[in-house]
Amino acid sequence: MDAIADFLATYSTTFAIVGINALLALSVWLTLYAGQLTLGNAAFMAIGAYTSALLGRHLGAPFPLALAAGAVAAAALAAPLGLTVFRLRGVYLAIPPKTELWHIYLSLAVVAYVLWRVQGSIAGRAWAAIREDEVAAASQGIAVRRYKLAAFVLGALLAAWAGGLSAHVTFSIDPNDFAFTKAVQILVFAVVGGIPNVLGPVLGATVFTALPELLRPFKDYRDIFQGAILLAVIIYLPRGIVTLAELRKTRRLAEIGAADVA
Amino acid sequence: MFEQLYNAIFIGSIYALFAVGFALVFSVLDILNLAHPTVFMLGAFAALFAIATLGLPWWLAVPIAFVATGLFGILLDRIAFAPLRRRGAPPLSAMISSLAVTLAVVRVVELRYGGDFITFPAGTVPSFLIHVGGATLEGVRLAIIGLSIALMLVLTYLVRGTALGREIRALAENPRAARILGIDVERAIAATFFISSGLGGLAGVLLAFAYNSLDSRMGLPLELRAFTVMVVGGMGSLPGAVIGAYLLGLGEVASLVYLPAELRDAFAFGLLFLVLIARPQGLLGQRPADRI
Repeated sequence: MDAIADFLATYSTTFAIVGINALLALSVWLTLYAGQLTLGNAAFMAIGAYTSALLGRHLGAPFPLALAAGAVAAAALAAPLGLTVFRLRGVYLAIPPKTELWHIYLSLAVVAYVLWRVQGSIAGRAWAAIREDEVAAASQGIAVRRYKLAAFVLGALLAAWAGGLSAHVTFSIDPNDFAFTKAVQILVFAVVGGIPNVLGPVLGATVFTALPELLRPFKDYRDIFQGAILLAVIIYLPRGIVTLAELRKTRRLAEIGAADVA
Repeated sequence: MFEQLYNAIFIGSIYALFAVGFALVFSVLDILNLAHPTVFMLGAFAALFAIATLGLPWWLAVPIAFVATGLFGILLDRIAFAPLRRRGAPPLSAMISSLAVTLAVVRVVELRYGGDFITFPAGTVPSFLIHVGGATLEGVRLAIIGLSIALMLVLTYLVRGTALGREIRALAENPRAARILGIDVERAIAATFFISSGLGGLAGVLLAFAYNSLDSRMGLPLELRAFTVMVVGGMGSLPGAVIGAYLLGLGEVASLVYLPAELRDAFAFGLLFLVLIARPQGLLGQRPADRI
């Protein structure tokens, strides 16, 4: 037991970041599932982080309330405001740590479960239809704009939730944490993990957050390995690492040109 | 005032050289090449290698950097894009594979040169001042402005007036039809990448010369600007990219004069946002035909 406790204590930040990245990947997954590409989720994450941190610090709001307020704020605010906010420099905040590991993993479990269930729901099928063919979906009477907006706003809400949690893990936030690179990174988690299945983004976030840690012994060459692995995945596993188990089938599908969903 | 305008045209020229290459690849292949900022950085380092290691003069380092980054562009296509193209993968995959190449290449450069700012060896980079009226201007920037405009005219002629340009335009219009018409599609794509990356690399050398400074991450600030420029000008439109680049350069310099420096990026985003609302297809872009 002690060994496990030690292990958890040593790597608790890594575990926390894995969980948060998985949540972020799911937030992008939601919009991708509806056939939209968004690079705005890093901004919504920033809004969630700043709102909850500021509320907690200046108004002494209880943690759950601060988190929820952050998520609501992100859902309500338009992307351009977010884009402006996350490029500001030098606004550096220190925050008392409040997030515990179970907060993150409980959120992750709930979100993953809900999204998994959503796939079979009316909304989920509407999103899939829009992704495959917007015009056809509209002709079937699906309110395309409303569903697309819903996917975007829900994605923003999730990203902000993850942002709020992360602000209280790392003890501090800095606008540069949410720059363009972060937006692309979140996208990488989701796409490389795999869009067909909610497990994909979780797996993608886990692998690509843990990879730098695992490659620590080769630290000089770490980015080179990571780049090579990323390239190999995107070329040889078109539907993401979640499909590693069914590689041969994927190859066959790829040959007839039916493999790409994202 | 005159000096501000001069600097705006200078930085606009750098943005334009960078963005036309970015837009060229987008217009021909519909992919956002996220390795373009890396090519920009490689151009500067190729020149540093030619000057500091091979001992060559700066005027030889410039064409060397152009050819080296052009060849790197072809290699980039073979490694990161060609396998995806054969499979008919979605454009998103190409964004990620170019990102993977960036990750590795930036690190390779850092292994050799470290991650800090570097300057060229003393006296190897041209530097002179010119006096116009009451203003003192850096002459190198004038040369860069001239060279950039000349290169963009050459590019226009290449795309509009030559057989290769016709092939590239046919490819942009419809790859399948281009292939049926007997165009060697892979050769045209290789040429596209050579031109795009060569210009991107050249922009890198020129900026590094003007500031006498280079580092492994110098391309990053240009990534978002190239996006902005392309959206403002119209996705994939080359003249649009040039106009967008100069507008952004002017706007940034103006915002530096009237606003605090931290808001320089905010200006780019504000411009992006306004254009997306007022004219989603960009200044010179064509409105996509309504599909319904």
